Amino acid sequence: MFAELLQYLLSGLTIGAIYALAGLGFSIIYNASHVINFAQGEFIMIGGMASATLTASGVPLPLAIMIGCGGAMLVGVLVAKFAVERARNASTVTLIIITIGASIFLRGIAELVWGKDFKRLDAFSGETPIQILGASMQPQSLWVVGTAGVLIVAIGLFFARTLTGKAILATSHNRLAAQLVGIDVKRVVLASFALSAALGAIGGAVVAPITFSYTEMGIMLGLKGFTAAVLGGLGHGPGAVAGGLIVGIAEALGAGYISSAYKDAVAFVIILAVLLFMPNGLFGKRGTERV
Amino acid sequence: MNALLHGRLTGLLALAAVIAVLPAFLPNNFYLDIAILAGFNAVVCVGLNLLIGYAGQISLGHAGFFGIGAYASGVLVGVYGWPPALALLAGAVFVGLLAFLVAKPILRLKGHYLAMATLGIGIIVSIVLRTESGLTGGPDGMMVEPFKIFGVELYGEKVWYWVVGVLLVGVVWLSLNLIDSPMGRALRAVHGSEVASEVVGVDTARFKVLVFVLSAVFASVAGSLFAHYAGLITPAKADFFKSIELVTMVVFGGMASTFGAVVGAVVLTLLPQALTVFQDYQQIVLGGILMATMVFMPKGLLPTLAALLPARRRA
Repeated sequence: MFAELLQYLLSGLTIGAIYALAGLGFSIIYNASHVINFAQGEFIMIGGMASATLTASGVPLPLAIMIGCGGAMLVGVLVAKFAVERARNASTVTLIIITIGASIFLRGIAELVWGKDFKRLDAFSGETPIQILGASMQPQSLWVVGTAGVLIVAIGLFFARTLTGKAILATSHNRLAAQLVGIDVKRVVLASFALSAALGAIGGAVVAPITFSYTEMGIMLGLKGFTAAVLGGLGHGPGAVAGGLIVGIAEALGAGYISSAYKDAVAFVIILAVLLFMPNGLFGKRGTERV
Repeated sequence: MNALLHGRLTGLLALAAVIAVLPAFLPNNFYLDIAILAGFNAVVCVGLNLLIGYAGQISLGHAGFFGIGAYASGVLVGVYGWPPALALLAGAVFVGLLAFLVAKPILRLKGHYLAMATLGIGIIVSIVLRTESGLTGGPDGMMVEPFKIFGVELYGEKVWYWVVGVLLVGVVWLSLNLIDSPMGRALRAVHGSEVASEVVGVDTARFKVLVFVLSAVFASVAGSLFAHYAGLITPAKADFFKSIELVTMVVFGGMASTFGAVVGAVVLTLLPQALTVFQDYQQIVLGGILMATMVFMPKGLLPTLAALLPARRRA
């Protein structure tokens, strides 16, 4: 009974960590540019596919992850520069459509490069399950949770301690004022896309041994990352992390106790309920709009 | 005003004329079938265009409403033996209520929240359709009986072509009237600046809710009729990609242009037929069109072309 619950919590925590990273990616880009980047899931996919295919052809794992991460960052910057930035003053709807277009486009390219098959990546440190109070855990889950934890702390420090991080924060509060004090807001937008892409790609690489990699792996991960970000209050970093963990754990509990067929629906049921009853998310501030 | 009315009627008559003469140029039922599919898409897109183009809101779950309509007809007629017209009505009423219940609180918020909510509804609908295989046949889909009304059975491409044609003209007529009504002007104000239009006394949320409900009902009715026409429906008709496809049609044809939505639906229904030759590139083309349209001609195909014609104001 308890072991069962613990088992669900552990698997929820694992997948929740990935949702948290994706949600954080959404929030960072939203803060810097007010764009909801639907291509976030594709960054995850690039990370997963690159590390799986590169290691299969003999590249050492750390190098493969770094290449995947670099590739995703490059793609992120290109999307920001050639699609998002050109439509700078466009409406929310237009920007959403652009990033959805980018995500479909990237999936198409990925299919061309890597094919439609599932790619396998070996677990980083073996497959012997770890027993914890009657529940068992794959060592890879520790990699996922640990990596996500380190990245989340690093992002926190980045925003609190570095000049670039503070510049991004300043831009998110007031773009014009940031520009006036000499912050290059265009570069801030590019940096935020690169940062989110890196988060996604590393997340994709560590989760790949659990989920397998395929070109469509980013769709659901990305959409659930989006629900995590909205759940926590869009643009609220710690909120997105909490949102990701809540979605992941609720999903695992739902799959375990209610119905595994409806696993993917759980996140969206939660988000509908939240939107209907507390529309600014769990931690978001009430927004006002200028004319 | 007179000129506006004139322009509106010209467009509507032109559309009706195209629909009337088109079958003469279609060599066989294969082409007729594509025209019918384009027509169904156009009906949904005209409604979606009201939402995207005039209310400045985006729905990422319209295929879900289409799917509810389709399966309402499939299940109520096939399993419970309802008359098709009643099943269509029931689907439309259900979708209307659902849209109303969801939109009322959410449309008081701005921008992306409706996108999130509709995305959620769409995905939940497609998961339910895939899972409840006892009723819906699961991922393989279900057969749907032909549409019968007053003892007459609608059957074959030739009959359905005219059904869809008349439906499309009706939906376009309704939209054009709506856009030119005081409410339509209010909607354009909503798109321009929501706060400003509220300040001058427009109840923006109410109009947005109404448009959202209307566009969802259009999708449901199209879904019901499509189910009877096609005879086979699958959950794929209701999934996220289908929703994105519908949005693509609207923005490609031209946001805030009713005829643009029709043109977008027709072009993008034809495109995959032409693209089957190099199917591997389909996603790249679709994604590329979405991005390129928004970046290079954010108003969409028809309004951009119309702007190139001097001395003619677009309808």
